[in-house]
Amino acid sequence: MSYLEYNVKHVPTGLRKILHLNWPLTVLLIAVSGVGFLMLYSVAGGSFTPWAEPQMKRFALGLGLMIAVGMVPIWLWRNLAGVAYLGTVVLLIAVELFGSVGMGAQRWIELGSFRLQPSELMKITLVMMLAAYYDWLPAKRTSRPIWVLLPIIMIVVPTALVLKQPDLGTALLLMCAGGGLMFLAGVHWAYFAVVLSAGIGLITAVFQSRGTGWQLLKDYQFRRIDTFIDPSTDPLGAGYHITQSKIALGSGGWTGRGFMQGTQSRLNFLPEKHTDFIFTTLAEEFGFIGGFSLLGLYALIIIFCIAAAVINKDRFSSLLTLGIALNFFLFFAVNMSMVMGMAPVVGVPLPLVSYGGSAMLVLLLAFGLVQSAHVHRPR
Amino acid sequence: MRRNRAETDASQTKLSRRAALLGGVQLLFMGGLAARMNYLQVDQADQYLLLAEENRINIRLIPPTRGEIFDRNGVQLAQNIPSYRIVMVREEAGDVEEVMHRLSKVIDLDPEARDRAIAEVKAAERFLPVTVADNVTWDELSRVSVNAPALPGVSPEVGLTRVYPRGSDFAHIVGRVGRVSKTDIDAQEIPDAVLRIPRFQIGRINVEAREEGLLRGVAGTKQVEVNATGRVMRELSRREGQSGADLQLTIDSKLQNYVQARLGTESAAVVIIDCENGDLIANASSPSYDPNLFIGGISSADYDPMLESKHRPLVNKTVQGTYPPGSTYKMVVAMAALEEGIIGPDDTVYCPGHVEVGGRKFHCWKRAGHGWMDLEDSLKQSCDVYYYDLALKVGIEKISAMAKRFGLGIRHDLPLSSVASGLAPTKAWKRETRDAEWVIGDTVNASIGQGFTLSSPLQLAVMTARIATNRMVTPRLIKSIDGIEQPSGGGEPLGMNENNLRKIRKGMHVVVNDRRGTGYRSRIIAEEMRMAGKTGTSQVRSITTAERARGVSRNEDLPWERRDHALFVAFAPYDKPRYAVSVLVEHGGGGSTAAAPIARDVMLQALYSGEPPLDAYPTADRERIAEQQKQLRDVQPQATIKGKDQA
Repeated sequence: MSYLEYNVKHVPTGLRKILHLNWPLTVLLIAVSGVGFLMLYSVAGGSFTPWAEPQMKRFALGLGLMIAVGMVPIWLWRNLAGVAYLGTVVLLIAVELFGSVGMGAQRWIELGSFRLQPSELMKITLVMMLAAYYDWLPAKRTSRPIWVLLPIIMIVVPTALVLKQPDLGTALLLMCAGGGLMFLAGVHWAYFAVVLSAGIGLITAVFQSRGTGWQLLKDYQFRRIDTFIDPSTDPLGAGYHITQSKIALGSGGWTGRGFMQGTQSRLNFLPEKHTDFIFTTLAEEFGFIGGFSLLGLYALIIIFCIAAAVINKDRFSSLLTLGIALNFFLFFAVNMSMVMGMAPVVGVPLPLVSYGGSAMLVLLLAFGLVQSAHVHRPR
Repeated sequence: MRRNRAETDASQTKLSRRAALLGGVQLLFMGGLAARMNYLQVDQADQYLLLAEENRINIRLIPPTRGEIFDRNGVQLAQNIPSYRIVMVREEAGDVEEVMHRLSKVIDLDPEARDRAIAEVKAAERFLPVTVADNVTWDELSRVSVNAPALPGVSPEVGLTRVYPRGSDFAHIVGRVGRVSKTDIDAQEIPDAVLRIPRFQIGRINVEAREEGLLRGVAGTKQVEVNATGRVMRELSRREGQSGADLQLTIDSKLQNYVQARLGTESAAVVIIDCENGDLIANASSPSYDPNLFIGGISSADYDPMLESKHRPLVNKTVQGTYPPGSTYKMVVAMAALEEGIIGPDDTVYCPGHVEVGGRKFHCWKRAGHGWMDLEDSLKQSCDVYYYDLALKVGIEKISAMAKRFGLGIRHDLPLSSVASGLAPTKAWKRETRDAEWVIGDTVNASIGQGFTLSSPLQLAVMTARIATNRMVTPRLIKSIDGIEQPSGGGEPLGMNENNLRKIRKGMHVVVNDRRGTGYRSRIIAEEMRMAGKTGTSQVRSITTAERARGVSRNEDLPWERRDHALFVAFAPYDKPRYAVSVLVEHGGGGSTAAAPIARDVMLQALYSGEPPLDAYPTADRERIAEQQKQLRDVQPQATIKGKDQA
């Protein structure tokens, strides 16, 4: 059903919209970010600089942005989906052409003092695009090959661009989020079976490509996968991250070593302790209880999103909410698997906790869309 | 386009169904994460905790080697020697007090040091090694190693510690180092990381403190892997630091040793300055103390007597102590008058034994009076009335201005602690600090270096060198830094009338070499080494009229702390000044009896580079001097260096 057919009279207007925001979700987001501030304060050795304070400022900015986005009618966002998607693809191409190189990868564009990372933005605009597409597409056509091929192209184009940067982690996330959205939209099972087997084929191909002229991954990515499979091969080299991360985590025990008492992270055992590996510090200092609590908060965010999607009768809104929740889930699931030695080190931050402005702003922007969907849901 | 409601509902149901499915998968995955977390943190916790200890890779600072200090001939004054120490890591020790208790049975550790170590271990980060015993002997070290199983978290380490091989001779020049305290760290905005190394040594006083920036050096870092007991298993990488700069002082340690020994237990100070380049070749303050006692933290049994002693061994009397310069100030007054053209050298003043100024009677030290005095006589016999008269004619402002030109009442920049500026008083000064107007009696007092006038022995030596050379000789203590020669203190010409200065020098010559001079008994016989000088005796009490009526008490009858200070300044050789000397003996009595003999002895020692022939002395004194020389030659510097022999 499209918005044109709804009675929009019941949708709140003006500042009254604030009352209709998804407040439980907002509180959960603040709580998770709060955990982030605490950990950034701790890894800096009990100091607000250099991480906690900028993070807090950016969170405040992001929160404002989220509410602002939430006040804008959802149908406006739906109409913008195509433009947003195409714009981001163009940005991805621009990164390819003029981007800055950081950590051996081309990932962002410098815009004055602001650093734009289009691959982050892509996660949201892809979801928007696919949600808008399936909102537009009559249900009975959903599983027809030609109408399945179209969204696949929508997913593959940005994925390929991101992969070329190269950013394997984000590329996989894009693919998973896109696939997930197609699944939610009701695409037939068979397609997924095909894609899955194709995926396995691709992984095989990637490994086959190693050492040949058409190598699909950079050496460091291969090494990361190797050490994932057997970290003991190079405990002070490539396997260092995972080994140290597991040790730090494990030594936290049931209740942890206490706030700011984590020896492993404080002694600089962990590189990127304030970004990708921040969960290790949390788990070391607050133990299983702390880690589990954060996981619980994340689970609640997912549950609240799913609940909001299910009660929302607008198809675009539902799909968008679910897609964003899926993205969010993928973020922390991959990150936590990584630090716990269940997935390769792919460089995915822990959402809202890891230090990093671009990722946090984009996430809060996405939750702004979820808020907008909730506020303007048909009643 | 208009949609079929049934179809829409169907798709919405399907969406909800798939959403629930996907949500279920997500929650399942999170359950998996929780299970994994549980496995790592609960089931395997002990194993990982062990790994955390075992696999610890740590960045450690390599303390820089502190720069060493040498005398002008390359004799070591401050050096670094390897020292064994015992360190403890709190986390590995478990019960710190119990382990320390056991340790104190194995090695020699007094309860005070033990309690201090326990407090330090508890205060430090629990995984950092803390030194609990310094300078342990090889025997003790072996005993600790043998008993290692009973001493968890305790391990021996080799490091460098500061040692002063010349002991008390250089306490007031080189100074000493001490452990970094919290105040040191707080004092700096961005403290050097090395300061956080437990028991890192930092300059506390004198050259060690003032040249800390040169001596300290820059810390290096090393990445080490340490095992469960805190032992360093291997070094992974290393970035070298930079040693501190070596300093060479202008002091001649042999002469310095002689001077300290000559002063013995007197409360006294001697400064010997090279007239040509301002080098301080000796700078002795007595009594002194052994700086090595302070290195490992001094016990109160050693420290309290130093604090309480009337002779103040901790005070560097040469630069820190200021005293009324007494009659040694008369050259300043005379020079001010000569330069102003107020008197000629042959003008005479009648000394009846006292003068009355502003209704107050000012006495000459000789009650009967000196009779008619010219400049030379007035210096020779140190007539006070002559200078009262001169000062009244010249005025205090001119006198103090002249004092400053001679280096009195100004602070000389030496790398020593608490260098005093002394005081050459002016009217403005009294108004500002005393809130009182200058009275004429103040000028009279100042004319003989009493009243407000204050100088340090260093300033008096500088003054003497300037009189001797007519150049602005500036004291210098650091001869070279890392082999790079420092600028000479020879100074620009003072620009005073050489004829006037010659008169002053002549006066100083007769003080020592004329039969009626106050310093005659301390003359030098050797023709080419003739000394010129001036005695000074400065009162530390005011003599009441009642006392004067009874007859001024003899110094010997007074308690020590009320006796006069004895002073003597001199330069030699008279014809071609080489060294200037100033001697102060606190409450020593008369300058001629207490200070002048010391000045003569140390001057000869300097002039003959430590081997003065007996025939430089007056014949009558030779026997006594020979005996004295023999005794002094055997006085070696006292240095307590613990734990070195077994190294």
